[in-house]
Amino acid sequence: MNWVHDVEFIQCLYIIAFALFIYGLMGLTGPRTAVRGNKIAAVGMALAVIATLLLPGMGNWWLIVLGVVIGTVVGVPAARNVKMTAMPQMVALFNGVGGGAVALIAWVEFRHSNGFDGEPAYVAIASLFAAIIGSVSFWGSNVAFAKLQELISGRPVSIGKLQQPLNLLLLLVAVGCSVAIVAGSSSEILIILVLVAAAVLGFTVVLPIGGADMPVVISLLNAFTGLSAAATGIALNNTALIVAGMIVGASGSILTNLMAKAMNRSIPAIVAGGFGGTVTASAGAVEGGTVRSTSAADAAVQLAYASQVIVVPGYGMAVAQAQHAVREMAELLEEKGISVYYAIHPVAGRMPGHMNVLLAEADVPYDQLKEMDEINGEFSRTDVTLVIGANDVTNPAARTDPGSPIFGMPILNVDESRSIIVLKRGMSSGFAGVDNALFFDPKTSMLFGDAKASVGTVIEELKAL
Amino acid sequence: MLVQNLAVLVLAGFVGFAVISKVPNTLHTPLMSGTNAIHGIVLLGGLIVLGLGVEGTLNKILLVIAIAFGTINVVGGFLVTDRMLGMFKPKPKAASSQATDGSDGEVKR
Repeated sequence: MNWVHDVEFIQCLYIIAFALFIYGLMGLTGPRTAVRGNKIAAVGMALAVIATLLLPGMGNWWLIVLGVVIGTVVGVPAARNVKMTAMPQMVALFNGVGGGAVALIAWVEFRHSNGFDGEPAYVAIASLFAAIIGSVSFWGSNVAFAKLQELISGRPVSIGKLQQPLNLLLLLVAVGCSVAIVAGSSSEILIILVLVAAAVLGFTVVLPIGGADMPVVISLLNAFTGLSAAATGIALNNTALIVAGMIVGASGSILTNLMAKAMNRSIPAIVAGGFGGTVTASAGAVEGGTVRSTSAADAAVQLAYASQVIVVPGYGMAVAQAQHAVREMAELLEEKGISVYYAIHPVAGRMPGHMNVLLAEADVPYDQLKEMDEINGEFSRTDVTLVIGANDVTNPAARTDPGSPIFGMPILNVDESRSIIVLKRGMSSGFAGVDNALFFDPKTSMLFGDAKASVGTVIEELKAL
Repeated sequence: MLVQNLAVLVLAGFVGFAVISKVPNTLHTPLMSGTNAIHGIVLLGGLIVLGLGVEGTLNKILLVIAIAFGTINVVGGFLVTDRMLGMFKPKPKAASSQATDGSDGEVKR
């Protein structure tokens, strides 16, 4: 059985493993093949782990088992129990620990080889690159997690004009120490400085970013972690790490770009921060308007006599866990012969596709879910548009007010429909911290209260009609 | 070795672009979570460095943490993606209103 420990055999297993990754990801391109695709990728991962354990000279088995057991005990229940609404921060957290692993491995590599003594320069460079990016990704993801979990304020935290120079300084410290290490210094304080500077950089880059931009940031950090994994692969001369890491780096970049485009924002502008910060205060274009509130009974009557209704769900619907009630209401309306669609903005919720997941969970058939470009022409033909916990993605200021911070962002043209009912907890502004002119539109009536309770009352009223 | 690895790196980048750019909007969240699970492959790095022998307690502790982190990333990532994707199965009601070949495909799986 010596051949199983043959390095070339193990390399072949790696090739099969990353072929499975690629094949699995191809499966993710359609809802029908996606579950299988994910499983195929998981099989690839299992194969890669087994192949690695077969490497000649493997030891420290107890410690390996210990690490894997701890990881499983923490990871499995977290993944099993997390609510669908909390998915973005869960992904941020999983992404963060990946980055943390990269940074730790780079640190041990440094210690183990005595400051990369006797190693080729590229090993040192790749390891240090991994250390910087991994550390940024770990701390950045944790900040993103804390913001989305509302452990810290989701609002942009501004450090003022000092922010850019500070970030630049931190980057220079990390890179400078790295250069010193590559040049031959083996003092451990340098690698610690690299890791700490990168960690603080992770904080200062993500902290000022407003909650609305958070999905883009998580996606960016996801791509970063992928790249750092690829760099670790270069340092360790491991093909599986290089291929898998690079695929994630490439896909993450595409996804980040798609998301940024959907919000009409450039990635550098997002990373520069300050979205919805102090600028917003001056954008009070809707001052002095009046807001009309309505009751569930009136809303039910309005809905019952419509011929077409569009539901615009947002993160507020998810927070209130109202998606099941919304689906029930939609079914009641359909029984009355009213056509019901759901208008999904590309960045509705806190991740692209987040709303689709939540509505799919509530058994909404996915042919009723319409993307922005598909549905925007329909609003003018719609009697009632029901905005449930969505805000910024419906704000007409994005089209009309060049002074608004969200000007230029593609939005759902909700204001074109004949009447609008907005379900909202109160008059607070959206995640971007911008007032919404839609709420002051004479066609709009507001139904204040918890979305789930409100929809529940509307359902009762509809049944009673 | 470096040149070969760089070649692999560049090609993998293009494969990533080619495969991913076809993913529909609806599946972006599961895709992010799925690729997230895949970069948990750094677990292998921890296994290699620890398994092939390091000295010192601190090194070992750091690597056990790294392996635990990597495992959380992999196991958690794939499980969460699976849960999300499980919700995308067409519902009986939706299947009846769609073309019949769609529901056939589901039965076979």
